[in-house]
Amino acid sequence: MTDLTTHYLGLTLKNPIVASASPLTKKIDSAKKLEQAGVGAMVMYSLFEEQIIHESLELDHYLTRGTESFAEATSYLPDSGTYAMGPGKYLDHLSAVKKAVSVPVIASLNGVSKGGWTRYARHMQDAGADALELNLYYIATDPALTAAELENTYVELVADVKNSVTIPLAVKLSPFITALPNFATRLVQAGADGLVLFNRFYQPDFDLENLEVTHTLHLSSSDELNLPLRWISILHGNIHADFALTSGVHTGQDALKVMMAGAKVTMLASELLANGYGRVADMLGVMQSWMEQHEYTSIQQMQGAMSQKSVREPAAFERANYMRVLSSWKSLP
Amino acid sequence: MAKKQFITIDGNEAAASVAHRTNEVIAIYPITPSSGMGELSDEWSAKGKRNIWNTIPLVAEMQSEGGAAGAVHGSLQTGALTTTFTASQGLLLMIPNMYKIAGELTSTVFHVAARSIAAQSLSIFGDHQDVMATRQTGWALLSSGSVQEAHDFALIAQAATLQSRIPFMHFFDGFRTSHEVAKIEYLEDDVLRAMIDDDLVRAHRNRGLKPENPFIRGTAMNPDVYFQGRESSNPYYSAVPGIVQAQMDKFAGLTGRQYHLFDYVGHPQAERVIVVMGSGAETVEATVNFLVEKGEKVGLLRVRLYRPLSVEALAQAIPTSAKTLAVLDRTKEPGSAGEPLYLDVVNALVETGRNGVKTIGGRYGLSSKEFTPAMVKGIFDEMTRPQPKNHFTIGINDDLSGTSLAYDPSFSVEYPETVRCVFFGLGSDGTVGANKNSIKIIGVETDNFAQGYFVYDSKKSGSITISHLRFGSKPIKAPYLIAPNTANFVACHQFSFLERIDVLKYAQPGGIFLLNSLEEPEKVWDTLPLEAQKAILEKKLKVYVINAYDVAEKTGMGTRINTIMQTCFFAISGVLPREQAIEEIKHAIQKTYGKRGEAVIKQNFEAVDQTLANLHEISTPSKLTSVTSRRAPVPAGAPEFVRNVLGPMIAYEGDDVPVSAMPVDGTYPSATTRWEKRNIALEIPVWEPDLCIQCGKCVFVCPHAVIRHKVYDKAALEQAPESFKHMDSKFKEFPGMAYTIQVAPEDCTGCTLCVEACPAKDKTQVGRKAINMAPQPAIREREAANWEFFFNLPEVDRTQITPNTIKNSQLLQPLFEFSGACAGCGETPYIKLVSQLFGERAVIANATGCSSIYGGNLPTTPWAVNKEGRGPAWSNSLFEDNAEFGLGMRLTLDKQLEYARELLPHFAPELGPELVDGLLNADQNSELGIQHQRARVSILKEQLAKLKNDTKAKDLLSLADILVKKSVWIFGGDGWAYDIGYGGLDHVLASGRNVNVMVLDTEVYSNTGGQASKSTPLGAVAKFAMAGKGTAKKDLGLIAMSYGYVYVARIAMGASDQQTLKAVLEAEAFDGPSLIIAYSHCIAHGIDMSKGLEQQKLAVQSGHWPLYRYNPALATQGQNPLQIDSKEPSISLDQYVYNETRYRMLLQSDEQRAELLLKEAQHNVKTHWEFYQQMAAMSYSKENDQKEN
Repeated sequence: MTDLTTHYLGLTLKNPIVASASPLTKKIDSAKKLEQAGVGAMVMYSLFEEQIIHESLELDHYLTRGTESFAEATSYLPDSGTYAMGPGKYLDHLSAVKKAVSVPVIASLNGVSKGGWTRYARHMQDAGADALELNLYYIATDPALTAAELENTYVELVADVKNSVTIPLAVKLSPFITALPNFATRLVQAGADGLVLFNRFYQPDFDLENLEVTHTLHLSSSDELNLPLRWISILHGNIHADFALTSGVHTGQDALKVMMAGAKVTMLASELLANGYGRVADMLGVMQSWMEQHEYTSIQQMQGAMSQKSVREPAAFERANYMRVLSSWKSLP
Repeated sequence: MAKKQFITIDGNEAAASVAHRTNEVIAIYPITPSSGMGELSDEWSAKGKRNIWNTIPLVAEMQSEGGAAGAVHGSLQTGALTTTFTASQGLLLMIPNMYKIAGELTSTVFHVAARSIAAQSLSIFGDHQDVMATRQTGWALLSSGSVQEAHDFALIAQAATLQSRIPFMHFFDGFRTSHEVAKIEYLEDDVLRAMIDDDLVRAHRNRGLKPENPFIRGTAMNPDVYFQGRESSNPYYSAVPGIVQAQMDKFAGLTGRQYHLFDYVGHPQAERVIVVMGSGAETVEATVNFLVEKGEKVGLLRVRLYRPLSVEALAQAIPTSAKTLAVLDRTKEPGSAGEPLYLDVVNALVETGRNGVKTIGGRYGLSSKEFTPAMVKGIFDEMTRPQPKNHFTIGINDDLSGTSLAYDPSFSVEYPETVRCVFFGLGSDGTVGANKNSIKIIGVETDNFAQGYFVYDSKKSGSITISHLRFGSKPIKAPYLIAPNTANFVACHQFSFLERIDVLKYAQPGGIFLLNSLEEPEKVWDTLPLEAQKAILEKKLKVYVINAYDVAEKTGMGTRINTIMQTCFFAISGVLPREQAIEEIKHAIQKTYGKRGEAVIKQNFEAVDQTLANLHEISTPSKLTSVTSRRAPVPAGAPEFVRNVLGPMIAYEGDDVPVSAMPVDGTYPSATTRWEKRNIALEIPVWEPDLCIQCGKCVFVCPHAVIRHKVYDKAALEQAPESFKHMDSKFKEFPGMAYTIQVAPEDCTGCTLCVEACPAKDKTQVGRKAINMAPQPAIREREAANWEFFFNLPEVDRTQITPNTIKNSQLLQPLFEFSGACAGCGETPYIKLVSQLFGERAVIANATGCSSIYGGNLPTTPWAVNKEGRGPAWSNSLFEDNAEFGLGMRLTLDKQLEYARELLPHFAPELGPELVDGLLNADQNSELGIQHQRARVSILKEQLAKLKNDTKAKDLLSLADILVKKSVWIFGGDGWAYDIGYGGLDHVLASGRNVNVMVLDTEVYSNTGGQASKSTPLGAVAKFAMAGKGTAKKDLGLIAMSYGYVYVARIAMGASDQQTLKAVLEAEAFDGPSLIIAYSHCIAHGIDMSKGLEQQKLAVQSGHWPLYRYNPALATQGQNPLQIDSKEPSISLDQYVYNETRYRMLLQSDEQRAELLLKEAQHNVKTHWEFYQQMAAMSYSKENDQKEN
């Protein structure tokens, strides 16, 4: 019998398939279904501080706009005064999910202000989260802002959050980091227990008919797997953190590759959203039979087995373009 | 005595607080100024607030006040404690039931915020005309005159009605008391329980109908016994005064506040006594106290219980020393021997043998007209004359009939230690809300008494508010505005007001002036208009300035400067120590906005914290440096009536307009908004000819008709201002001509709908369109000159175009322009379109509501005329009768046409058979045909004028214009069409007559502040549907289609402008009744108004608002009359509804219910769509009929 147990952020998971942040955790029922489907853990959908602020200001704006301007209509909407505006709704739901399932529940936080990050992190811990996942992402549009400044801000933020909580902390990264190993090292030094590679974002698109910018978020495909696969392979063994791979995991084979690269868990959402909860069992079945066929007795046995440090040709992970391929070719004996 | 607790609330809340706690059933319907009572009751019940029997009162919204009265009657007859709230026309609609309720000796209290009656004009403001119209119904009428009394008398009335079995109307002055915020002593539940006898409640219950104890109530009587029956209740009425007094005494024992049926105050040996009821008594009392201290023998008799009138108690309350009485009525009964209270007092004196007292009567305070101590003094002075004027008026200048009394307006009885503050704000900057908070802070955190009263503008966009605040150590009895030269503190929250209004006239010498200015402090002085500089120097005012917009911008507050200016007020006024004041402001912010989230609190706190560093006192130079003067309210070139009558109204000096200047019958000239240059837009659209495709969409969607396009002869450009933009016409009908899109810069509201609608984008920079917004001040003057030139260019010849395309239709001159509707209004573009297509031959009936207010509220009105002097003839009757009103117009036109056609053949010899035949058989289905008919009518008139002695010729001459085809339009909102006016609308549609009904469907009662109607969709939050409306929107169109001979269309111009245009043209062309239901986005939806058109599109795409046209004419041709003009729903409902706060707020307050209702609504979309599809697929072929036969 193969052993699928893995350890992630100090948590022992029965298998390495983790449901990543998605609408699937927005309902207690669907969270329960995830558990029944066999996931090793689940990451809650993200709490967006920006959204909380926006919704709050928006509600205030529309409840206030036009009021006290005209004698007959001193207001236009009734103000019930009872709104689930702050993080309370999310935190209550987190508690409820935690109570409803027995697998570990990782809370996901997307903050904007320093105070928001630490305050909400504490709230999530208090609500029962087994661990935290921080989503660091900032679109730097100001030419005066340097990469170093931005990275310093990120690192300080991780340190602040780490100092605010006692539960394990993972940081979900964007792929757009110039020198990822260095940055990853700094994050781990600042207190990150795990790194999640990579976040996927809404991206602008163009509506050519109306000449307008639109926003889209497509479900991922297996093609997207290679990028995080490369980086986890590179980072594994060099940086002492637990890695999670998210983006492009759709099959049992994908999940096996993730383990081979050195991740402790593989996260997925698109596959479940597209093809249902049953895919967890399918993937686990594929993994197990592959392991049996290839005489792997435990998942931990393969974690990092094909990382840069473990393969015969480490340069393979460094080939990024034609020139690099050529030079690699030249260097071959 | 119960423990005292003070609260700071308005009069509506004061009354509703007791009503809600002492009733089981509440039937409501919105009407200003009483709506607040219903809204609060609904809110309290929705939140689970219980009455004194620990059960939550059931609140039911009805379709009209008549319906509310019926529901109340039924509820009472089955034994529940039941109440309602109303005013004005609403109260009049309740009268039939009031007779019944009284006749059946039923205990109930109606709470009325007394308001004017629509006569020569509607008015939402306060007087006693409505109440006085019910004095014959057999109800007890109990008058309260202050916020405290509104609270107290609500309870006394409830106790008295249970004991006496006579129904009570508890009334107080609309706006003056209903909307005045004051610090009052709260009546705890214990007091309510002590006053309400549960045995009497059970007795009331036991009198209710129940099968277990069956009886008949509501019989029909015959001449033998009706009279006796009517007299049988006399003993009950006789007992009421004693019962009320006993309850007042009991109440005094519980609270320490002693009231009497008639309360006398003043000199014990007063010789001159004023008799009055309502809030005016507060003013008289303050004046009497002041004059008595000066040694004058004057007094006040305040009437509390007006019906049943205790003649004995009234007479007894008048001091025996009284030689002259002046009885003041806040009502007008044209043609009467005197107003009702006056007649009652005269009668009481006669019946009690006190014939020696000279009694005069006078009218005051109609429609919230100011009633001040100066006026009271004027009345007392008049009473000293040997022959004082009877039937006088006070507070106006009646130079027509000479009824008005003169008075010295500078007379004041204000306590010197009372602090008086006047704030001028923009409606949108939150000034009133902040001032309400300030009053609460002062009321709660200090021992001071505080009072606030707020004067609003008549416009819904760019409106000005004036807040009048008083506070001081003595109770404030001053239900009148702060007088000129008496304010300790004057704040002007918008610099431009100084250019338009005499803001500083309120400041007392040595007072403080706070100004929000964009200028640096040291530069502010030079920017002030000359009049302001003079006032500051003459009155030696201390001047403080702040750039509040800058602080607001930096702290994310946008243009809401309320907390910033509020902080300045507390910092300068010294009413509280600064630190404490700031702490209290923050506490108030927390309390007011706390539930809306931390971000809101944080933002407001930051604004408060940033304020003081930006507040500066400026030193005032001793010399005048200004180079600008206050602007005249209207240009010198305006017509005389506009200059002399409307101009003062615009300048806030309408109180000075004399009676002789007023139109006697409510008739006002058209096209007056064009003279009121409001300059309210910060940014206005600017046209870029290089990108323009001349599609006319910007013109089509403009809610205020400020953006227009024209084609014209190029030769005209020789006279054009240098900056006037133009291009070659691309209209196939007008080759070789010039084309211009022009904006009226001073009339634009800056809503940006035109930019949103513009499809033309710069190929190298798609963000730039053919219309873009630019700051107004820098281009105002230039564009004003361009507009002037453009406006005077000839209009296009209507006969030269077919208006079946958007661009062509928009070449027609709008005859509805520059209304005071909200910026970005979703209704007005439809109205404007009708005015363009048919305005010069349209007669319009307009239901009361938003469209009657922006369409007919003085000072200026938007219905316009063209250069030939023709334009829409518009009138508003009531809320409930508009369809019938419009039908009446049609009946007249039909009858007059018939008569004219009957007369015409008589004149065949004089006119010639060709002209007569032409007139009788004219084809008027095109503009050309109509123009030809006009030409014939013109000849007809000339010919008839020659037949001077022929009576029939005179008749025909007076009717000649009727021979030109007329278009009858009936406009109204969904509150009218779906609810209060539905019965009439149904009948009018069924009549088959040629009327065109346009329902401007905002899915709520917009004008009264967003109450739910039967048009409100499932799941939307509205007032009276706070928990989200639980029932589906009524399908008005489907009901109308069921007649089979009514043209019906559902339109949404944001989704399809072409379908809108087509439907409007078809509806008018259809020779029968037409109903157009127009999706009108609204401020009450809680949307970004610049995205209103986009929301319309989403409403259609989601299937919430399928577009269709049902044309019975097609059925006669064997075709299916229903054509669905929109595609199958392509997006889910949530993609539409959750862009709107009215839906989203339910998601935030009760997610589970929101999801449930959304699911149901989504299901409804599907079933409705399928249903319509099936209807549209039915065969109407008559061949099938024959086969079947």
